[in-house]
Amino acid sequence: MTSEGRDLGARLRSRDLAAAPAALNLIEDRSPGARDEAARLLAEVSPAALGGEAPAHLVGVTGPPGAGKSSLLSVLVKEWRDAGRTVAVLAVDPSSRRSGGSLLGDRARIDHDPRDRGVLIRSTAAGGRLGGLAAPTRQAAQALAAAYEVVVIETVGVGQSETDVEEVCDTVAVVVQPGSGDTLQFIKAGIMEVPDVLVVTKADLGEAAARARRDLDAALRSLGSHEVPVVAVSSVPPPQGIEELVSALEGHRSALDLPLRRLRSRRMMALGELVAEHGDSALRGLGGRRAAERRLTREDPAADVAALVRALRAEAGVE
Amino acid sequence: MRLPERDRPWVMRTYAGHSTATKSNELYRGNLAKGQTGLSIAFDLPTQTGYDPDHELARGEVGKVGVSIAHKADMHALLDGIPLDEMNTSMTINATAAWLLALYMTVAEENGVGRAALQGTTQNDIIKEFLSRGTYAFPPEPSMRLIADTIAFTVEEVPRWNPVNICSYHLQEAGATPPQEIAYALSTAIAVLDGVRDRVPEETFPRVFGRISFFVNAGIRFVEEHAKLRAMGGLWEELGRERYGVEDPKFLRLRYGVQVNSLGLTEAQPENNIIRIVLEALAVTMGRDARARAVQLPAWNEALGLPRPWDQQWSLRIQQILAHETDLLDYPDIFEGSVVMEGLADELVDAARAEMAVVAEHGGAVAAVGYMKTQLVESHRTRMGRIERGEQKVIGQNVFTEHEPSPLQEGEDGGILTVDPAVEQGQIEALASWRSSRDDAAVDAALTALGEAAADPGVNLMPLTLAAARAGATTGEWAGALRAVFGEYRAPTGVADAAAAVSDYALDELRDRVERVSEALGRRIKILVGKPGLDGHSNGAEQIAVRARDAGMDVVYEGIRLTPARIAATAVQEGVHVVGLSILSGSHAQLIPTVLDELRDAGVDVPVVVGGIIPPADERALLAAGVARVYTPKDFQVSKIMGDIVDLVAERYGAGTPA
Repeated sequence: MTSEGRDLGARLRSRDLAAAPAALNLIEDRSPGARDEAARLLAEVSPAALGGEAPAHLVGVTGPPGAGKSSLLSVLVKEWRDAGRTVAVLAVDPSSRRSGGSLLGDRARIDHDPRDRGVLIRSTAAGGRLGGLAAPTRQAAQALAAAYEVVVIETVGVGQSETDVEEVCDTVAVVVQPGSGDTLQFIKAGIMEVPDVLVVTKADLGEAAARARRDLDAALRSLGSHEVPVVAVSSVPPPQGIEELVSALEGHRSALDLPLRRLRSRRMMALGELVAEHGDSALRGLGGRRAAERRLTREDPAADVAALVRALRAEAGVE
Repeated sequence: MRLPERDRPWVMRTYAGHSTATKSNELYRGNLAKGQTGLSIAFDLPTQTGYDPDHELARGEVGKVGVSIAHKADMHALLDGIPLDEMNTSMTINATAAWLLALYMTVAEENGVGRAALQGTTQNDIIKEFLSRGTYAFPPEPSMRLIADTIAFTVEEVPRWNPVNICSYHLQEAGATPPQEIAYALSTAIAVLDGVRDRVPEETFPRVFGRISFFVNAGIRFVEEHAKLRAMGGLWEELGRERYGVEDPKFLRLRYGVQVNSLGLTEAQPENNIIRIVLEALAVTMGRDARARAVQLPAWNEALGLPRPWDQQWSLRIQQILAHETDLLDYPDIFEGSVVMEGLADELVDAARAEMAVVAEHGGAVAAVGYMKTQLVESHRTRMGRIERGEQKVIGQNVFTEHEPSPLQEGEDGGILTVDPAVEQGQIEALASWRSSRDDAAVDAALTALGEAAADPGVNLMPLTLAAARAGATTGEWAGALRAVFGEYRAPTGVADAAAAVSDYALDELRDRVERVSEALGRRIKILVGKPGLDGHSNGAEQIAVRARDAGMDVVYEGIRLTPARIAATAVQEGVHVVGLSILSGSHAQLIPTVLDELRDAGVDVPVVVGGIIPPADERALLAAGVARVYTPKDFQVSKIMGDIVDLVAERYGAGTPA
């Protein structure tokens, strides 16, 4: 039997980038028929189907509004493309609580050649989860990771969204501009996780950027995080610090126990989906979050999120 | 009571130019013969944004909204037979102002006219391009440097030239209220003056202040509009004295030219527009203390298409009758001592001061572009909402709509001018032959020197720009050499930060429909709002984008100047259900079919709707080419357009019956 989802998933697996937009449409589609198809699509790009973890580098780029994320992405995308790597960017925009609608304007600020088939930029609304990642965005990242070499999730803000991004991505870069003491405070106070890479933008501002970089370095050292690279970049021509940033991202990825991080990510996503659908009562049915996490360790490490959710549902007795 | 001697009239101009330099030259000579006393050159969008006629982005735009000037020979043809030592020429040119001024100077020079004799104005105000008009070429900082360079150069070398004409005109067109118009224009002036301060000797600075002129708008509320100019004059003088220490009253006087409002001109019963134009002309001429130095009036049919020579003549006659038949110029300031006028002006001064303080808090006009843009989008939305609800009356459009057919539109041409699409090909060929006839080595050397100098902010780029003009470089080459150093730029769209609309019945009903159809689609309705081509008039597109968001749609809006290829790529990647395109430059006949082709090639089969100044014949052609709906200025009810779009989407995807 032909299945749109299975077909799209297979195409992504064979790195047919032209299948990506339709795959994303399907993943975002909340109608019951489409959700079944989306599940089939995701099964096709699961570690089991791929024979291992999806090859892409999943990079989270997050930071407060105005920090220069889009300009940074313009030069990053160019750098990756020049190196011959295919790139997909999921730009998550906040949506209006009042109307449910959203203005998706980020792609406008990410320079790219519209005729280049190796770049995909997709804007998505944050949906109900203000500042966080909606389930379709997480699934989209998983699907794209089978086809593209770099998948970026760009989000606004610090706090919840950063935690969400950390759950989905291999490497999280937090972007701040010089003079933004907030981020420093957030890290110190533990409101924000320590990122994998810290990026100080607007390095063309000279002394201010250098000071920001020194402050962040010092703060991270005081927290015992000696390993976190702090990179100063400038996106105005001629761009500076971009190669250094790319290698810092690479460095983090290669030092990573990737299967472990992805496995943890799938488990977190499964828990998230369970709670989103059935509420906290489902968690209580499993004996609490920690018990649920333990329960998940009994599942096949190659199982995809849908399978993990099914297992949790069965255990919790919810349908 | 009366002046001892009747005042001299203001400079009378008509904003004109289209197709080729030769055609526009004929037009100018005709206008001068009819009694026009100055020239106002309209350039086409490629010239304004620094592209040659053969560039991908120039497609469909060559010779449309103005004349195409690619090099000095074009400028020679444009000014042929016009005595430049006597003429007062205003050029609506901004990002490429330094270049067009250099071409003008080169032509004068090659005709034996010294630069010291040249009189006129380059608009050269980039901030309002970022805010509303869209013909920028470089990022804000180097753009401001180019402006400072032209000022520092002309104040010494072309002393009778107004190097900058700071525009509040386009701010009003973008929806600015009178206080916003004053505040943003004066804040822009501050940014310009601060930028030039360390580029000229201290003793020259008062003269620099005196050379800054303004280009304002006047809307239909003509009493308040006159008060606005009085308010602006007072604030300008205060600024000169207090911020810049200028003392000479001659330098402190607000000098302004004007083009009256186009935003309020209607497509419905367009003959009414002539009455609006007369009243608006009064706003800028009534009181002697705040009278315009130069006036140009739009034509009655601007909301229909490009005006013909007769239409422009009719507007020129308004000026001539005001100046020569009425007794307007017989008196000193007729509002002196008027409590009402002074009160109005004081009110505006206070409001403008408060808004200027906010801009200053944002770090000045350059840093506050995003803030100001958002404020303008908001004001425009308020204005449109009032018209939609009938709270602001627009005769013939939302009230008194019963009417007789207008004999003015009965002619074969439908009452407008159409530019021959063959002009573009002609210009492309002329450009190729120009390139093959010139000394390439000299051009390359001049452009290389320009690029090197651009990298050093301490160098004034005017002399090198002049050298490139003399050598025979083209508009696109000059801008290209600078783009290579300065980089490209996309201005903020102002829509993302526009506040969510306050609910009302109509909006709630629309949201319900969007919700229902989205539910049936499985995804929220996603719309791409795109502006193909070089047209930077984004107000319409912005209002559609904001309203679609308020109605609950996901809206992808990438701002202006998109190639058809980019629109198609975005439509594919974003998985949109419907595409809305907006064009006001008259290039729809070429550009829209290209976008449709690109969409088809990209495998996107979604309804496409188009909005713009689109004559009925073109509308039929677009519908035949596959466009689902065409909207023109007479469709002023945005909610109705939104409802249409929801229905279209529902119908196309079989997503339930729209209620």
